[in-house]
Amino acid sequence: MTPPVRIAQISCGPEYSGVQHEIDAAVKEVNGEIFYPDIALKDIMRDFKAYGLDVRSPDLKLAISRARALVEGRVEADAVFIATCFRCAEAAIVRNELRRYIHENSKLPVVSYSFTERTTSGTLLTRMEALTTIARRRALLARETQQGLTLGLDSGSATTKAIVMKDNEIIGTGWQPTIEVIKSAQDVISHALEEAGIKREEIQAVGTTGYGRFLVGKQIGADLIQEELTVNSKGAVFLAQRQHGPATVIDIGGMDNKAISVMDGIPGTFTMGGICAGASGRFLELTAKRLGVEITELGPLAMKGLGNRVPMNSYCIVFGTQSLVNALATGSTREDVAAAACHSVAEQVFEQQLQEVDIKEPVLMVGGTSLIEGLVYAMGELLQTQIMVPPYSQYIGAVGSALLASGFIKDD
Amino acid sequence: MAKIFIYPSTSLILSDMVARYGHTPLSSAVAIRERIQTAGFESAPLQITPEEPKKGLKWAAVEVPSGVRGRMALYGPMIEECEAAIIINHADLSFGCMGCARTNELITFLVRQKDVPRLDLTYPKNEDEGLKFVAAIKRFLTGLGGKQ
Repeated sequence: MTPPVRIAQISCGPEYSGVQHEIDAAVKEVNGEIFYPDIALKDIMRDFKAYGLDVRSPDLKLAISRARALVEGRVEADAVFIATCFRCAEAAIVRNELRRYIHENSKLPVVSYSFTERTTSGTLLTRMEALTTIARRRALLARETQQGLTLGLDSGSATTKAIVMKDNEIIGTGWQPTIEVIKSAQDVISHALEEAGIKREEIQAVGTTGYGRFLVGKQIGADLIQEELTVNSKGAVFLAQRQHGPATVIDIGGMDNKAISVMDGIPGTFTMGGICAGASGRFLELTAKRLGVEITELGPLAMKGLGNRVPMNSYCIVFGTQSLVNALATGSTREDVAAAACHSVAEQVFEQQLQEVDIKEPVLMVGGTSLIEGLVYAMGELLQTQIMVPPYSQYIGAVGSALLASGFIKDD
Repeated sequence: MAKIFIYPSTSLILSDMVARYGHTPLSSAVAIRERIQTAGFESAPLQITPEEPKKGLKWAAVEVPSGVRGRMALYGPMIEECEAAIIINHADLSFGCMGCARTNELITFLVRQKDVPRLDLTYPKNEDEGLKFVAAIKRFLTGLGGKQ
């Protein structure tokens, strides 16, 4: 049996929040093992003073000492999980600085998270799976070319996508909204195979990712079932032809958002989540519906408007929609409202998530929302950089799956 | 004999002193270890569930971090129950340590708000201060009707 991936937990508050067993459960599910770096009491003040961040909470001093022990190699780990209470300013500063410190001074993959008492193992699962994948599958993640004939499927919360690849080229695509998870998957696979002009039995390896990856992966006999953080990173740098060096991948999804700091196609730090639906693709769908346009028309409409003419920055999809309705009722143009909605989503992702990863160019926007040019423009304005949207960006997870699945083609 | 809330509540030494004078210490005393191998300094002495931060809403509002509210679910009732209190400020980690500074601020504030006999001391930095420190605690405990 594969030995468990050892994840060092650096934290403040999970036990008294009643969520430590949720963290343990998520890690156990991906064959990982949480441990608390063993630190001598006498070393804590020395490490804390040497680090120079003068926090008051003793558990945060302990966290700093543990981070230093990991970076200096006094304690060995495969990955690091940094977690502190949501809404604690002192802890947020420490969490962010330690995440950066470990990322810059070691090769350990790091994920940081702020929890509440409502945090569940399900919420943490994809993050923990990504940590263990990076630690366990470095050789697979280093794959840069797709070989043979493979199928990749991304069973997302809003849409299901399939890609057929042959010898490093995309030859078939399939896309549809996710309704019944398995039925949607079968439909997009059929479409992709038909477009590629090949039969299912000719496919040499299959990979799945996305929320429905386990269910669909089991159903279609996938060779690779992998979370979307590592898969999307791989797909993004492959399609953008930026497989070497740093990159930042932003994926604003239907249900959650991902921001990933990548080096040579492998995630170093990442965040996943979002405070509320007001910062998701779902809000843009709602906006398009209220403005009476297809989602595909929202981007061009937004490009004709000026977002700063309409106040809109709510985390909540209900209040966001209220701002939208109010703006239209007081005479704002549809173009300005569309631009404001794009700016609002981009701004919240920028404020809530992009502060937790190191933004390094090129910045790649992927996923279905990357086709909304108003959103890409708004993000570019906020980051003061030219955002790259690779071809097939809406199929990023399926492409990453097809690429990585080729590592499972049997020689015969 | 009095029910005495102690701060740091994890101090085994302080808890022991209170008990020796015949009083009931209100604390969550844990042995100070030379090596910290748990998630925090004072890992929860009992099984804390996500219900505890909700119970903690009695002492801290919902915008207060869950770790503070979870701790208050444990220490809040002790503060309410106490008939006297000993607060040691700026204690050394080895004397007794509570991991969250925000909880510590709230606990000491609530104790000081309460109309009960209270001993508020600073942790000693040398032997002389140490002798005076122990003598002050003895005097306080005896004054509360404790054993001589």
